[in-house]
Amino acid sequence: MGTRNYRRKTSHSESGPGDGGRTGSWRVTRPVLNRSLCIPCKRNAEACFICWLFCPDVVIARTIPPAIDLEYCKGCGICAEECPTKAITMVDESEFADENDKG
Amino acid sequence: MHIIENGNVAAALGVRLCGVNVIAAYPITPQTPVTEKLSEWVEAGEMKAEYIPVESEHSALSVCIAATSAGARSFTATSSNGLLYMHEQVQWASGARLPIVMCVVNRAVGAPWNVWNDQQDSISQRDTGWMQMYASDHQQIIDTVIKAYYLAEKTSIPIMVCYDGYILSHTYMPFEVPDADKVKAFLPPFKPDYALDPNDPANLNTVTLPDVRMDVRGELAHGYMEIRYLLQEELRGALAVAAETEKRFDEIFGRGGDPYIEPYLCDDAEYVAVGLGSVTYQLRVAVDALRAEGIKVGVMGIKFYRPFPDEAIAKALKGRKGVIVYEKALSYGYEGALASDLKSALYDSLAGTGSMPYVQNFVLGIGGRDIKTHDLTETLRAATKGRVAKEPVWIGLKL
Repeated sequence: MGTRNYRRKTSHSESGPGDGGRTGSWRVTRPVLNRSLCIPCKRNAEACFICWLFCPDVVIARTIPPAIDLEYCKGCGICAEECPTKAITMVDESEFADENDKG
Repeated sequence: MHIIENGNVAAALGVRLCGVNVIAAYPITPQTPVTEKLSEWVEAGEMKAEYIPVESEHSALSVCIAATSAGARSFTATSSNGLLYMHEQVQWASGARLPIVMCVVNRAVGAPWNVWNDQQDSISQRDTGWMQMYASDHQQIIDTVIKAYYLAEKTSIPIMVCYDGYILSHTYMPFEVPDADKVKAFLPPFKPDYALDPNDPANLNTVTLPDVRMDVRGELAHGYMEIRYLLQEELRGALAVAAETEKRFDEIFGRGGDPYIEPYLCDDAEYVAVGLGSVTYQLRVAVDALRAEGIKVGVMGIKFYRPFPDEAIAKALKGRKGVIVYEKALSYGYEGALASDLKSALYDSLAGTGSMPYVQNFVLGIGGRDIKTHDLTETLRAATKGRVAKEPVWIGLKL
């Protein structure tokens, strides 16, 4: 099936997860959360969530622990930069090669 | 109502009659009087529109892009380096499928600085996905603006209405101002394919991946290539819409003809001079002189340049001995773009049929160099004796 009958002539994006496509494949480095440093995890309370606030792609959930949707995370590193306790570090995707191979 | 006015006023009157909602423009010679006139009318309350003064041509078209995205009928006008400065947004408007109408008052481009007429500015925008129409007199300017809105909105493709700087923009000529009620009958209110709605937010023309994708509703949405293919397909289809537009205009206003070309003494012509804009009217004088000598020549003005009406043009030129193309622009490093386009149309249609005319390319009037009717007559006479040269021949060059 093709896109000839698609309702728009051009690109048209409505709010919702991943409307720009599965951009997780763009990622070179992956955000990894250290729960022992993360404020909501440590306090078991809805606190901080600066990563959620700053994520430009809205792929971080305001949950305990904050969950990062790797299907769409482009690996920009803004969450790691903004985290006040340095709980998020950006790790080279090659470190997860084995995991990726397994699908 | 018949009036005597200059070409820029003819364009502005067309814009006013079309009930344009948003005008944004930056002044550049020789376009300036178009938008001055429109701003006067808006300021005086004679025209109900938003006039948005901007700091550059890039911004002028950006404003039109935004206004049209929000469902407004918009207008801008420019010339020369202003159009070149706009180039990024020119591409954007067609890719975003926004039916903007822009008058291009043709002027030479720098370097060196020059304010006089040639057509290098609009020809340099040939491949941007905009439609391009060329007017040869003031009646055509005002009529073409009105047709342009109909055609652009039918196809969701922007259009440039091009006319020669000074030769048409600043000279006075009598023309008929179409009746406002008839324009209303001809041009229905603008109903865009999509208009921004605060209650249903969306991002338009966001980054689009090479391949197709599922959108949030789970429908398969275009990739970049599909969007670009649709523009090409619908530009080719716009030729038929142009024919329908011309017929409709003729029915309502009693003026019209061939939607793509304007022939003069072509029926029995063995040699046809071809051009864009006002030079084709000057060529009529040369043709009259050669006809008096018994040389069978005619002129064909190309009114519609993009999409290129290749089949109509090939049909009109089939069986002629020679096609002589006069151009006020050049695809630098090769030949006139119109000459190349004509050859391509002739080749596709006539290769192997034995009725292929030779094509001679003349370049003239660059940077406002005076075009002498005597030169047109003599070059046309020479070209009726056979192809003068393979390379384009510059008329009036003093090297």
